[in-house]
Amino acid sequence: MNPRIENLLRKSKNAPVTISDERARLITRFYQSGTAQHEPVVIQRALAFRYIMEHKSICILPGELIVGERGPAPKAVPTYPEICLHSIHDLQTLDQRSKVPYKVPPETFEVYANQIIPFWSGRTMRERVFAHMSPEWMRAYQAGVFTEFQEQRCPGHTAMGDKIYRKGFLDLNTEIERAESNLDYFNDPEALEKAEQLRAMRICIEALIHFARRHADALDAAAAEESEPNRKSELVQMARICRKVPASKPETFWEALQMYWFVHVGVITELNPWDAFNPGRLDQHLSPFYQQEIQNGSLTREKARELLQAFWIKFNNHPAPPKVGVTAQESNTYVDFALINLGGLTSDNRDGVCELSYLLLDVIEEMRLLQPSSMVQISKKNPDRFLKRAIEIIRTGYGQPSVFNTDTIVQALVRQGKDIRDARCGGASGCVEMGAFGKEAYFLTGYFNLPKILELTLHHGFDRRTGQQVGTGLHHPETFTSYEKLFDAFSSELAYFAKVKIRGNNIIEKLYARYLPVPFLSLLIDDCIQNAKDYNAGGARYNTSYIQGVGLGSTVDALSAVRTHVFEKKNLSIHELIQALDDNFEGRQKLQEILLHHSPKWGNADPTADETAVEIFNAFFRAVEAKPNTRNGMHRINLLPTTCHVYFGSVTGALPDGRKAGQPLSEGISPVQGMDRQGPTAVIHSASKLDHIRTGGTLLNQRFLPQVLADETGIKGLVHLIRSYFKMDGHHIQFNVIDCETLKKAQANPDDYRDLIVRVAGYSDYFVDLTPELQEEIIQRTAHQKF
Amino acid sequence: MACGTIFRIKKFALHDGPGIRTTLFFKGCPLRCIWCHNPEGIDPAPQTMQLRRPEIVGKSMSAEQIMQAIEQDRIFYDQSSGGATFSGGEPLFQPHLLEALLTVCKKAGIHTALDTCGYAPAKVFDRLAGLTDLILFDLKLADGPQHIMYTGVDNQIILRNFETACNQSIDLRVRLPLVPGITDTDDNIQAIGRMVGGQRRSLPVDLLPYHRIGEHKYASLGKPLSKNLKPYPSQTEIEQIRSKYQEFGLAVNIEGIS
Repeated sequence: MNPRIENLLRKSKNAPVTISDERARLITRFYQSGTAQHEPVVIQRALAFRYIMEHKSICILPGELIVGERGPAPKAVPTYPEICLHSIHDLQTLDQRSKVPYKVPPETFEVYANQIIPFWSGRTMRERVFAHMSPEWMRAYQAGVFTEFQEQRCPGHTAMGDKIYRKGFLDLNTEIERAESNLDYFNDPEALEKAEQLRAMRICIEALIHFARRHADALDAAAAEESEPNRKSELVQMARICRKVPASKPETFWEALQMYWFVHVGVITELNPWDAFNPGRLDQHLSPFYQQEIQNGSLTREKARELLQAFWIKFNNHPAPPKVGVTAQESNTYVDFALINLGGLTSDNRDGVCELSYLLLDVIEEMRLLQPSSMVQISKKNPDRFLKRAIEIIRTGYGQPSVFNTDTIVQALVRQGKDIRDARCGGASGCVEMGAFGKEAYFLTGYFNLPKILELTLHHGFDRRTGQQVGTGLHHPETFTSYEKLFDAFSSELAYFAKVKIRGNNIIEKLYARYLPVPFLSLLIDDCIQNAKDYNAGGARYNTSYIQGVGLGSTVDALSAVRTHVFEKKNLSIHELIQALDDNFEGRQKLQEILLHHSPKWGNADPTADETAVEIFNAFFRAVEAKPNTRNGMHRINLLPTTCHVYFGSVTGALPDGRKAGQPLSEGISPVQGMDRQGPTAVIHSASKLDHIRTGGTLLNQRFLPQVLADETGIKGLVHLIRSYFKMDGHHIQFNVIDCETLKKAQANPDDYRDLIVRVAGYSDYFVDLTPELQEEIIQRTAHQKF
Repeated sequence: MACGTIFRIKKFALHDGPGIRTTLFFKGCPLRCIWCHNPEGIDPAPQTMQLRRPEIVGKSMSAEQIMQAIEQDRIFYDQSSGGATFSGGEPLFQPHLLEALLTVCKKAGIHTALDTCGYAPAKVFDRLAGLTDLILFDLKLADGPQHIMYTGVDNQIILRNFETACNQSIDLRVRLPLVPGITDTDDNIQAIGRMVGGQRRSLPVDLLPYHRIGEHKYASLGKPLSKNLKPYPSQTEIEQIRSKYQEFGLAVNIEGIS
């Protein structure tokens, strides 16, 4: 890392995360002015976007190579009052909370009190969403059966394809002209709406080009004042680039990066889509520029590295928009989930790993930043060398890159009805969500609390925490005379809640289509222009809505325990069990012990638990799969939690697997924390029983200690472990390679760390099974390794 | 079907032969090495260990049950060229079970490794070695009286079996436990180096430096520690021993401390 990058990196890391009221002020002023009040909504939105891009401050930092910030400065995070209006209390919470705070400048409180709150109160999407939800929806939401993604952030979850590297924004005007010439006012009743949508897109083209030109002007001015000749000529060149892109297509590596970055800032300024935005298959997109320039000598590997590092820092400058309430709990992080994809396949089915893929891995290793997230796609065609290089980074304990199975992604996308070439150009965004990059609007709609549904099933649909009847009330525990009857009841409650959720989704989608279209994002995703339809209204080639199941492992263990003890061994009646759960196992420690330690557990290749998992998976799948959304697409499932397993745990009572009320649930498709005792091959064996190809993504976490991966044998072992999982069509796996702090916690709370594997000396073992002295010794060894 | 006593099944074993392996620990051993780090593997019968909770180590299992555990990870063996490793204790101490497992594995196309101290009747050794794909052969001390002193048995039969193994076409790795002051004396290194280096084929060697992992198990089994052994203070001492073995033209790998 050269001094320039070191300096930029330090500044980015040290910058405090603050709230900026600039965007809120600009959009309020725009709407207050009334200039666009007689225009259709989509034109209003486009004009508002242009107004912001024309007036927001331009930030160019000393030494920067890629320019453009969403806020006035790095980590100054704007707000989106048209979606979620923060109250003074919300701002105080954001400012003062101990985890993930956003510092609020004193004048922002005033701006909010005097300008923003008075104008937007009663006009926000959040209020609209809640006002439209049914009483059943509200009760389930309050009980923590599901969350709602779109109540504070707009639909997002998409990634850029290769379009912006082939076409400049002026070329997009030509596409719009073609679409306009196809408008058929004779036959098409929606022709006028389409014309308006296209006009809005044109306004957005102007907006982004104007934004880039403002940067060019600022760079020229800076160049004029710059006395250092190298920086001066750099500034001149950057000004030239900003006059060229995004208006025209990029022709150099540098131009390509700046092109993407302007687009990125545009998307996250227009609204606050979930998972920010994402360049997707970065190595594939940049490789042609890189190869050509390396060949003709206009770029060196070192310069490319520097530019990529500068690009990485731009992502780190952009924490997630501030979240409050349940949304803050389900995704409690600054990370905004831009997930860079490397490797995988090309559209014509060749090995996509190229020289640039390795350079990008170097950058990931060297930058070690929270953002962007990174992953490697591994197809059977990709070389082991690539996977090994990724593992070398994973073993440094940084949790990145995560590892995905391209072959499963392609099959899953094709199963959903996508063209195979579009599928091969896809990947995973956010955490593990798969999509056809550049061509799909795939909305995540909310986390879905599977264990809570079991709890409600056991309680006749009544939620003890909120004191409300939340479930159907159709299934009384009296009728659970066999395991099958209990499971049918669970399955039917699950279907009921899925229905409630989907009804809500279909209203919310329409609200966004109607009140908050995104004409700028619509320019980028095929085929919104050709269809003359907004991204939020089904304009994309593919339109999917996901519901994300949480707590699969907890549900499996809970149901397996009931099956084993109540219905097979019959050493416990269902009423006795429910009473013990209601008492949170107070005075029933022995029963809790049996449930915890003498029941089948998910992740151990246990036939009972694995079969239960498949049944739950199928029930969830049936409840959601192929139910229509409003965008001519369908609902699908995936299995991932972000941090929602903690929130869902906090609202879920004691469970039959021995878990006490309030404890976190299992995450992703991983086993309940500490309950996998048979090693990683057994976890993978269990996880492979699920049909990953019928999901939109599953998340599997594994923990290892650095010693396990310290030598070539360990790295090879991990390569084989991953390849085996992927042979069985596993979708995703990620590794925690754990430090000494965690080991100390493991010493203090061994029951929570039962699955922690340590490489001791010539063999591996479970950490908690070692003597305290040996644990201490290993902690010291790890500490030595750190320095 | 054959039955036996197993005290541990270790999945995802990466250091007991090539690839990803499942290692089966056979309970019962004819040797009494004073440095033994698996003392719970010595007694052939199940016994109670006072761990966090009292735990019974050793379980009677049929070859069929054991094969189920082995077969479960077949996809990992196929991917990594791994397989099953029979260790202990001493697997040759339960020859019927071992023979059954080796035979079924061979039929099923699963690679097998036998981790042995080599102390078994010639007839048993020859027969079972012939069924195995890879032998991990432990050599401890070349000197007979010393061998008796530290392991409780004479090494004649071990050396005889080692020669047999060397002269067969089975894959063979030599494993040398390094116990400070006992197996790392110059005399022993010279004798073992000559013995291994003098074979007609070149044999890969793994050094297994002494560690204290096993010590706590003695207390939990209610056994006294036989001698206060200390591990090597650093990697340097182990490297020096490696170079001494390398002088015999051997390819020497150090297992363990990484």
